[in-house]
Amino acid sequence: MVTRLKEVDAVTVGLGWTGAIMARELTKAGLNVVSLERGPDRIPGEDFILPSVRDELRYAGRLELMWDNSLDTLTFRNFPAEQALPIRRIGAFLPGEGVGGSGIHWGALHWRFLPSDFRIRSTLTERYGANAIAADMTIADWPLSFDEIEPFYDRFDKICGVSGKAGNVRGKKIEGGNIFEGPRSNEYPNAPIKSSNAGLMFGAAARSLGYHPFPAPVAIASAAYTNAENVPLGACEYCGFCNRVACETNAKASPNSTLLPTLRLEPKFELRTRCFVTKLNYDKAAKKVVSVTYTDLRNGEEYEQPAGLVLLTSYVFSNVQHLLLAGIGEPYEHATGKGVVGKNYAYQFEAGAAAFFENKELNPFWGSAGTAVCIDDFNGENFDHGGLGFFGGGYFTCNTPSAPPLAGRSVPHGTPQWGSEWKRATVKWYHHAARFNTQGSVYANRDNFMDLDPTYRDAFGRPLLRLTYNGPENEHKMSRYLLDKLEGIIKAMAPTHYEMHPRPKTFTVVPYQSTHNTGGTMMGTDPKSSVVNRYLQAWDAHNLFVEGASVFPQQHGYNPTGTVGALAYWSAQAITTQYLKNPGPLVHA
Amino acid sequence: MTEETIPRRRFLLGAGIAGTAVASGLGQTEPAAAQAQGPAAAAPAAPQPEPLLALNETEHAFVVAAVDTLIPADELSPSGSDCGIATYIDRQLASAWGGGAKMYRAGPFHKGKPEQGYQLPLTPAEFMKAGIAAANEWSRKAYGRDFDRLVADKRVEALKAMEAGKAEFGSVSARAFFGRLHAMTMEGFFSDPIYGGNRNKVSWKMLGFPGLPATYAHLIDEYRDKRYVAEPRSIEDFS
Amino acid sequence: MTITLKETDAVVVGMGWTGSILARELTKAGLNVVGLERGAMRTPRDNFTIPAVRDDLKYAVRQELFQDAQLETVTMRHSPGETALPIRRLGSFLPGTDVGGAGSHWNGMTWRWLPSDHKLRSHVTERYGKDVIPPEMTIEDFPVSYDELEPFYDKFEKLCGVSGKAGNLRGTKIDGGNVFEGPRQNEYPNPPLTRSMAGEIMDTAARSLGYHPFPCPSSNASEPYTNPEGMTLGACEYCGHCERFGCEANAKASPNVCILPALLADQKFELRTYAQVKELVYDKAARKVRAVRYVDTRTGEEYEQPAGLVILGAYVFNNVLLMLTAGIGEPYDYKTGKGAVGKNYCYQVSGNSVTVFFADKEINPFMAAGAHGVLIDDFNGDNFDHGGLGFFGGAWIQGGTTNGRPIFTRPVPPGTPRWGREWKKATAQWYNHAFNIGASGCNYAHRENFLDLDPTYRDALGRPLIRMSYNFRDNDYKLAEYLGGVLGSIARAMNPTVMSNPAIKRGDYNVVPYQSTHNTGGTMSGADPKTSAVNRYLQAWDADNLFVMGASVFPQNASYNPTGVVGALAYWSAHAITTQYLKSPGPLVHA
Repeated sequence: MVTRLKEVDAVTVGLGWTGAIMARELTKAGLNVVSLERGPDRIPGEDFILPSVRDELRYAGRLELMWDNSLDTLTFRNFPAEQALPIRRIGAFLPGEGVGGSGIHWGALHWRFLPSDFRIRSTLTERYGANAIAADMTIADWPLSFDEIEPFYDRFDKICGVSGKAGNVRGKKIEGGNIFEGPRSNEYPNAPIKSSNAGLMFGAAARSLGYHPFPAPVAIASAAYTNAENVPLGACEYCGFCNRVACETNAKASPNSTLLPTLRLEPKFELRTRCFVTKLNYDKAAKKVVSVTYTDLRNGEEYEQPAGLVLLTSYVFSNVQHLLLAGIGEPYEHATGKGVVGKNYAYQFEAGAAAFFENKELNPFWGSAGTAVCIDDFNGENFDHGGLGFFGGGYFTCNTPSAPPLAGRSVPHGTPQWGSEWKRATVKWYHHAARFNTQGSVYANRDNFMDLDPTYRDAFGRPLLRLTYNGPENEHKMSRYLLDKLEGIIKAMAPTHYEMHPRPKTFTVVPYQSTHNTGGTMMGTDPKSSVVNRYLQAWDAHNLFVEGASVFPQQHGYNPTGTVGALAYWSAQAITTQYLKNPGPLVHA
Repeated sequence: MTEETIPRRRFLLGAGIAGTAVASGLGQTEPAAAQAQGPAAAAPAAPQPEPLLALNETEHAFVVAAVDTLIPADELSPSGSDCGIATYIDRQLASAWGGGAKMYRAGPFHKGKPEQGYQLPLTPAEFMKAGIAAANEWSRKAYGRDFDRLVADKRVEALKAMEAGKAEFGSVSARAFFGRLHAMTMEGFFSDPIYGGNRNKVSWKMLGFPGLPATYAHLIDEYRDKRYVAEPRSIEDFS
Repeated sequence: MTITLKETDAVVVGMGWTGSILARELTKAGLNVVGLERGAMRTPRDNFTIPAVRDDLKYAVRQELFQDAQLETVTMRHSPGETALPIRRLGSFLPGTDVGGAGSHWNGMTWRWLPSDHKLRSHVTERYGKDVIPPEMTIEDFPVSYDELEPFYDKFEKLCGVSGKAGNLRGTKIDGGNVFEGPRQNEYPNPPLTRSMAGEIMDTAARSLGYHPFPCPSSNASEPYTNPEGMTLGACEYCGHCERFGCEANAKASPNVCILPALLADQKFELRTYAQVKELVYDKAARKVRAVRYVDTRTGEEYEQPAGLVILGAYVFNNVLLMLTAGIGEPYDYKTGKGAVGKNYCYQVSGNSVTVFFADKEINPFMAAGAHGVLIDDFNGDNFDHGGLGFFGGAWIQGGTTNGRPIFTRPVPPGTPRWGREWKKATAQWYNHAFNIGASGCNYAHRENFLDLDPTYRDALGRPLIRMSYNFRDNDYKLAEYLGGVLGSIARAMNPTVMSNPAIKRGDYNVVPYQSTHNTGGTMSGADPKTSAVNRYLQAWDADNLFVMGASVFPQNASYNPTGVVGALAYWSAHAITTQYLKSPGPLVHA
């Protein structure tokens, strides 16, 4: 028995970064907004305080802030011919759950895509020839340019209080910053986070080889900062617990610390937690989502919430699953290549290394992602791919490993995993190990996609989303090249010992890699080959806007959140300045 | 969300539960308010404050106030929180049971009849947290403040309203929440101290339950209709 | 990809009481037997040791030894018109799992049916008239008489070392025993347990009212005991941690203590744990179960184990599930009354009790065995005249203590608040001075109480859950009201300081509070293949090499805890298999 509620102006499905940005922008424009979040509320001052927040087992081990797979998960297979099986325990990627989503516990690396990334297909064709791109590499130009979105990158920077060093301000290149970045209108809001010893050593070695190191840009305030919403953020404590854990000083930007304080006081905003949206109700003839149906987990009752505007802000997997379940847009069919919903899934191709420095004190227990030092010389089209046999690239980073000792003990390969020798090696190297990563792009491939599983269902009886993914040959080649270049830098650091960690041939969902899942509701200029238009408006439902990395046509060599936030502001602006005045398709294809 | 600026642990001190584990977690600068507890029920020197595993400070304050009302300090026993019941509840919510182990959680979810038992998708820990949030929200509406900030007789009144299902908790069933809270309080009072409650076997002493080893074959005849008095021993005493 | 294994002589599905008994009897007869148990191995030495075994929270409250409802459970509705919902948290009944099953942690009350229970329909008809049984009360005679089963009751009691006092020895009635029982050939293997204070009070009161009290027949050994399998049981410690707990003294009879050491030492027996049986492979034309398919839960691999003989000892719900999903026999249709698989599901009418309080007596409830009270059978079965009462059947009535574990056992007089100062005062005041008098009512079959496959909910293997359509019926409510009067009068005869009002079973069946794990029926035994699922030897009418064990073969449930009957029937069936079936495989009964 479903209870039908009174209509509201807008509903966000999920309250992570994009849900919070949309809710804030829409309430500012005068709309009544309801956010439906399946997880619990998370209030920094209540839920994330010393000392309980310094619990590595609870947060990093038992994943308290992450997706609860007892009610739903996804199924996974590497290749279309295989049977997909449920991911019973998340591993490779750790989406968050609850108010703030992953934004509560992310590592906070904060990037912009390159100008060439936004027109990647055109760029590659221009540079390398009409036939350079293989037929199965289904990359596409973004339907907007870097210059168009730059003001929104800037806006999001100022919400988060991003710390970093600009390398290109309005065309002027600045040494010590990322000289490859697209021209920024402003310097970063905050000075960079102090670099770790390992990072500095990496930077020196990179420079000696002619590369251009810079401190990692992070959405972690290096000093107390009041953001564009007038919300005070604290200064990073370099506590070393960052990734997977929440921040008690409100230095690491989260929706909860940056946007929710104002939203909670806004009478036009209503937050309903523990409300699991099970479907979007789609009127195909009218091309509108008329309402969303959800279950209140606290009493088991089902409700239908009609809304004028629906923001699908529920993370990549759930976004795609909702569209497929509601029949919005044509599902991607791998066999024929037809359809769009679920198409162009991409991930991040990470591969790294470890190095050991007998005589250097690396103090691993303090730091965050911001204490890393990076180079971007081998990202995107920052280098000539002529004759290399692959496209794409990624930034390199060096840091001390995450500090707490469950995860943060590096030992050289071949060390026993237990016993006296293990113990000695662990003690010997704990203060002397550095880790490296290459954050490689993954260009879309026709064999990597999402659809609905034919066998497995969630606790509500809905088919689980099925993920079909393996790192394509292009990415393996790219990664080998990147690791080769990285090895050169590591050697120049003169470590006592080092080892490279290439990725195995086949993608596995077990060990953590990154939560940079993208695609499935890609943006584009043509409704026949994309799901949303340049404003993130669904071609097939004009009151539905799909936010998050599911709109990416492919994944580039950077953590996605910076772009995700910028796109949300961009999309919100289109809604408040165009759509609300004149509801209907914003782009006529 | 509370507007008060007094940190919760300080307030609890002032509210007269000095000597509790919560209160003693404060900095040494705060003198503990004197609290008569009666000789027979005196707990030993309050132990170090227990770190919380599942509850946040607000939830913990609620639980302390609730268990102290359900089991008040008197000549028979210390208050519920002094007996470790809030610690017990926190640990149980953090345990596998609290996480929903052994509970069937496949859908579809229908309301059902009371005779069909629990039908929600929430784990015990999630249910308790949702209930505490709802209880505090109701308390603010009904009394103008969170439950743990009410004076003792208002707390009794509030719990009675929950018990009778008269408190309007919105989505959460107040009656079901009280039932769960009451059951966990009893478990925390009477279970073996290895779980954090029943500190120093205080409830077993109160009843005259001898605990372990529980080997009475040679005593049952001798003590038929005679009081059997033994210092209770727990699992830890034998480990 | 299922791996097919080499055929074995017999497969036993489930290693509880019946699985262990059958495996032992079949290996003794020279068969190679594979025992498949979905759970883990359990031994007293590893799993039941002091002090850990005295953990009330872990075992009694958090149900450590019971089935995991997350993986499988049962759905329940009161009547066919309703939607059944899953029992998400076990409550009303707690099925066991692991080697030994519920036999590892039961209370140990061990009974025989009355002769009249065996021939229920005939007996009631003869005594009260042809048309007295209402058409919806689908009770039947059991196709084995008390006299036929007597030697097997005896055999199971000797296996368990039951402590008790005979009330009818070869026809001679003996005061102090249960004078209503059917004639036994032998005294109990062990003398009765030492009486508790509560038992004494019950005994005195019952006698004063002219009833015939006797000590509870108990599989808690009163003395060290060696059983016919050569297994040694210890003497009960009266520890008060019986039901839901394992016994560290090996005094509580269980398959683990009474049979398994001998069975495991036998080369012909192979135990496979973590082997969850998914389905039976049934060849309908050949009337044979060809093989049993199971999943090794340690690897996820699926195996097919062919067998000449298949024994179902998987407890009521899984016995029915495996037959229904294999298409063995006709599923029961409540509308037409046709079919027998799922039919006549019964339970127990529990919860009728009264609490008595004695300011001047020390009860010491914590000194107790699991099956320890003093009982009367004067109001059981047809031991009293039902003329004009409007119901049939009755209940054993027990006064006693089984534990004093304070999480659940702390009686307070009526009107005591449930918390606060007054509650605490009353709890401390009365803890050592109170006990319950309780009645366990029979539950006679009803046309709309049955089991079938749920259309919506599934278990972790993807199989439909068993759907239970069940409620108490007119006969049960009338019985309960009557018992309430009896309980009240017994309580008053004790002259207590305070007594509660008798709690009487009214209202719908509720899956939440514990009542009993006496689920019965679904594969009932009978004389007619059209109205039963198995014959008198527990052989499936539709599959000659399939024998179904356990209380699922009961046509209805008597007042008694079922295990004594279940064990006897297992030996009875094993006897038929080893002396008749193996010589000449085929239907043992030609209907």
